[in-house]
Amino acid sequence: MVLVPVITMVVIALFKEPKKVRIIAAVGMAVQLIQILFLLVAFFAERGAGNTSEMLFVTDVVWYKSLNIHYAVGIDGVSLSLILLTGVVIFTGVFASWEIEDRTQEFFITLILLATGVFGFFISLDLFTMFMFYELAVIPMYLLIGIWGSGPKEYSAMKLTLMLMGASALLLVGILGIYFNSAPGGGPLTFNFIEISKITIPAAAQYFFFPLTFVGFGVLAALYPFHTWSPDGHASAPTAVSMLHAGVLMKLGGYGALRIAVMLMPEAAQGMAWFFIILATIGSLYGALGAIAQKDLKYINAYSSVSHLGFILFASLMFNQVAYEGAVLQMISHGLITALFFALIGMIYARTHTRNINEMGGIMKVMPVLGVAYMIAGFASLGLPGFSAFVAEMTIFVGAFQNNDMFVRVATILVVSSIVVTAVYILRAAGIMLYGQIKNKEFELLPDARWYDKVAVFILVGVITGMGMFPGWLAEMIFAGLTPMFERMAN
Amino acid sequence: MELAKFLIMRSELSLLAVVLILLVVEIFSAKSKQGAVVNLATGLFLLHTILGFVPVATGQLFGGMYQHTLLTGLMKSVLNIGVLILIMQSSGWLKQPANKGRVSEFFLLILSTLMGMYFMLSAGDFLMLYLGLELATIPLAALVAYNLKEMKSMEAGAKFILLAALSSGIMLFGISLIYGSSGSVYYAEVVGTMEMNPMQIMAMVFFLSGLGFKISLVPFHFWTADVYEGAPTNVAAYLSVISKGASTFVLLTLLFTVFKTMFDAWEVLLYAMAVLTITLGNLFALRQQNMQRFLAFSSIAQAGFLLLGIISGTHYGMTTVIYFVLVYVFSNLGAFGVAAIVYNASGKINIEDYRGFYQTNPRLSLVMLLSLFSLAGIPPVAGFFGKFFLFAAAAEQGYYWLVIIALLNTIISLYYYLRVVKAMFLDRSEEPIGLIKSDVLTRVAIAVSVAGIVAAGVFSQVFDWIHLYGWGM
Repeated sequence: MVLVPVITMVVIALFKEPKKVRIIAAVGMAVQLIQILFLLVAFFAERGAGNTSEMLFVTDVVWYKSLNIHYAVGIDGVSLSLILLTGVVIFTGVFASWEIEDRTQEFFITLILLATGVFGFFISLDLFTMFMFYELAVIPMYLLIGIWGSGPKEYSAMKLTLMLMGASALLLVGILGIYFNSAPGGGPLTFNFIEISKITIPAAAQYFFFPLTFVGFGVLAALYPFHTWSPDGHASAPTAVSMLHAGVLMKLGGYGALRIAVMLMPEAAQGMAWFFIILATIGSLYGALGAIAQKDLKYINAYSSVSHLGFILFASLMFNQVAYEGAVLQMISHGLITALFFALIGMIYARTHTRNINEMGGIMKVMPVLGVAYMIAGFASLGLPGFSAFVAEMTIFVGAFQNNDMFVRVATILVVSSIVVTAVYILRAAGIMLYGQIKNKEFELLPDARWYDKVAVFILVGVITGMGMFPGWLAEMIFAGLTPMFERMAN
Repeated sequence: MELAKFLIMRSELSLLAVVLILLVVEIFSAKSKQGAVVNLATGLFLLHTILGFVPVATGQLFGGMYQHTLLTGLMKSVLNIGVLILIMQSSGWLKQPANKGRVSEFFLLILSTLMGMYFMLSAGDFLMLYLGLELATIPLAALVAYNLKEMKSMEAGAKFILLAALSSGIMLFGISLIYGSSGSVYYAEVVGTMEMNPMQIMAMVFFLSGLGFKISLVPFHFWTADVYEGAPTNVAAYLSVISKGASTFVLLTLLFTVFKTMFDAWEVLLYAMAVLTITLGNLFALRQQNMQRFLAFSSIAQAGFLLLGIISGTHYGMTTVIYFVLVYVFSNLGAFGVAAIVYNASGKINIEDYRGFYQTNPRLSLVMLLSLFSLAGIPPVAGFFGKFFLFAAAAEQGYYWLVIIALLNTIISLYYYLRVVKAMFLDRSEEPIGLIKSDVLTRVAIAVSVAGIVAAGVFSQVFDWIHLYGWGM
């Protein structure tokens, strides 16, 4: 799984011409996507054959003996669904960055390095390798934004890197704390989170390390008030990086917060949930309101991401399997929709050279394909039935509302209300930008989507609608994947 | 005493042989044959390094003044690897016309200091330790002042020798207090008598201050930046890597053996010094423009991280310290190596001069990138593993707050390491440093550093091997 991107990077390193590099990157990521689809088929075949072990296709090699660090990888329904998301986004991301001319070779190597980190993160069963892949995914961002970005790129890149690395510092303490408390009854310590979920970490340790771990992952998932890196970072990043970052990288935070922080330390999570629920609620409302005030398309979507990631963090604190299922669904759905958004924004920007919605107008007349795709993304994002977000958000709120607690219910209602705000900013942006008069005469000559743009856009639209129409298998897979750890956590 | 028993000191003997051969060559060779001397010295030292890995009987000599254990053998090998890389890196610089006739001098001095460090590591009593320390220090002052025609270099040399003498004096005072209170200078005899009484605590504090100077721990760090800046780049690299590494090993050994009973006292000291060293080192590094000063402060901060492993007081902590020093040898020599190549080729030393470096020298800037990432502790390079293990060692003993402080500092350090990365990769310059061609040996040295940076992390065998050998205590 990690191998294919690494081979692709090596092959890219051998070629200099942009044309060849692009094709190799596309082929490599296509191979990766096909491999993931095969994995999906194999996964269902195994499950169908009655294999009920928690993780499938496990490889476990001892790496550092004295610390009991393993290179342990394996997948279950949850990680597989996120790997699938990553595969789709990186594949389309390559096509969305077809027009990069400056240092093409380096760009694709760094981009695929980022993807390698993400793949590695999702398949890791060992906290150490997980953390390693996490950092591996974060650091290429600095170069990607700093070199190929736009606007105040150096500032954004530095801010993003330092904030995320700061988060990883907290996370590291959390992981060490989990590790050294992983055998309260004596015996060998372990980094394997499946093993750790079978024991109970002492309550005092939980209360010290849960906030560190949760915030550590939460920063990456734009937890309010640590979200400030996200709008700047997304706005300055080149298209494919925004796609990968908002689409996938932020999900690392959600996945980690749910799977590591909450599920390994449920006691402290429950005790401190009220605080983080408040933050997540503020985040989702603040993000939505912030998006209304923006004029720059990328900023609108970055704030919208803050808002939608707030749903995920909110759901991960609900202690309810349905809400958790919704959280994972939302990660996938939001990942796809944001990727589509950023891809479209990148394409529109490449033609109009502006991202300010007030300077645009009548885009629909000039670029019907991109315009329609933008509308689809918009409708999907505001949760129209038939698209993926509807399924995900519905599941979250159904799950969350099952809580009898008054406080949680009020919070749920507040979070739900942010969807209304979402409709406002999406429709406002789309209305101004796509319809109406063509404000700039030069825009009339602009071409519509080229073939590589279409590849990226059609795949993403297809997957989003596919997930909206047939969510059953995915939801079931995720739900089944959550069951073993959830049951252990509930006990 | 049998002659065969002397073979216990094999590493010292073979190093002595190298030094003597070079001395003879110095007498008989023509002054113009700089390249030949460099190649010969490198070849001889390579042999010596390989020989160091061949297992040898452990034991002691001279009634316990000299002891050889698996652990000291391991530490010496780590230093050997560093010195080997370093002298290969220096080859380009030494072959310059300005250094005509002074090449073997460089090797004689540098290998003598290495000899001193060997004796520091293998010492079985405080006197031997002190002799080794002096032998390791005085030739260094000459090396710092190697660029005779440069005022800065001379000034740095003078500064170094004065402060070194001061710290030696303080250390000697500590030793005399130890002797006065315990009646012996032998480690084995002193151990039993060390207690938590004021006099012996004072002795330990004085002693540690002396070592703190060598490792440049805050508050004994004032000489570092000035000396590093004035010294030739390769010598600065030697100071920051080998000299520091050797002293750290000595600190480690002594705290774990002789002063083990006084854990409560040095725990507090080390805690405070670790926090101060990391924080101040980082804060000063933030504003540096000169690459050598920048690396000086970064190396102060790195020394602070080492204390995290020592303070744990465990076998595992010791392993991590040795491992981290090994990793640090590769990473810092990588960074210094590139800085030296650039300085020797173009005379440019400021971070701003590195703007657009990637346009003209993609390979060198990638080496710099990897080295800096390793220093900052970013995967997949070895520095990440080194830092992680150090933090784990401290966390194991419950020093979570110390770990948090150290980790916050890694963020600061990331900022200034990224400044250099930014200059190299992000910025474009009208007049970047031209394409630099370096000679074969230097390239090999850089390649070895890079290989070390990458391999030491991925291959866990390195760590396990150190762990195994660490049982010497």
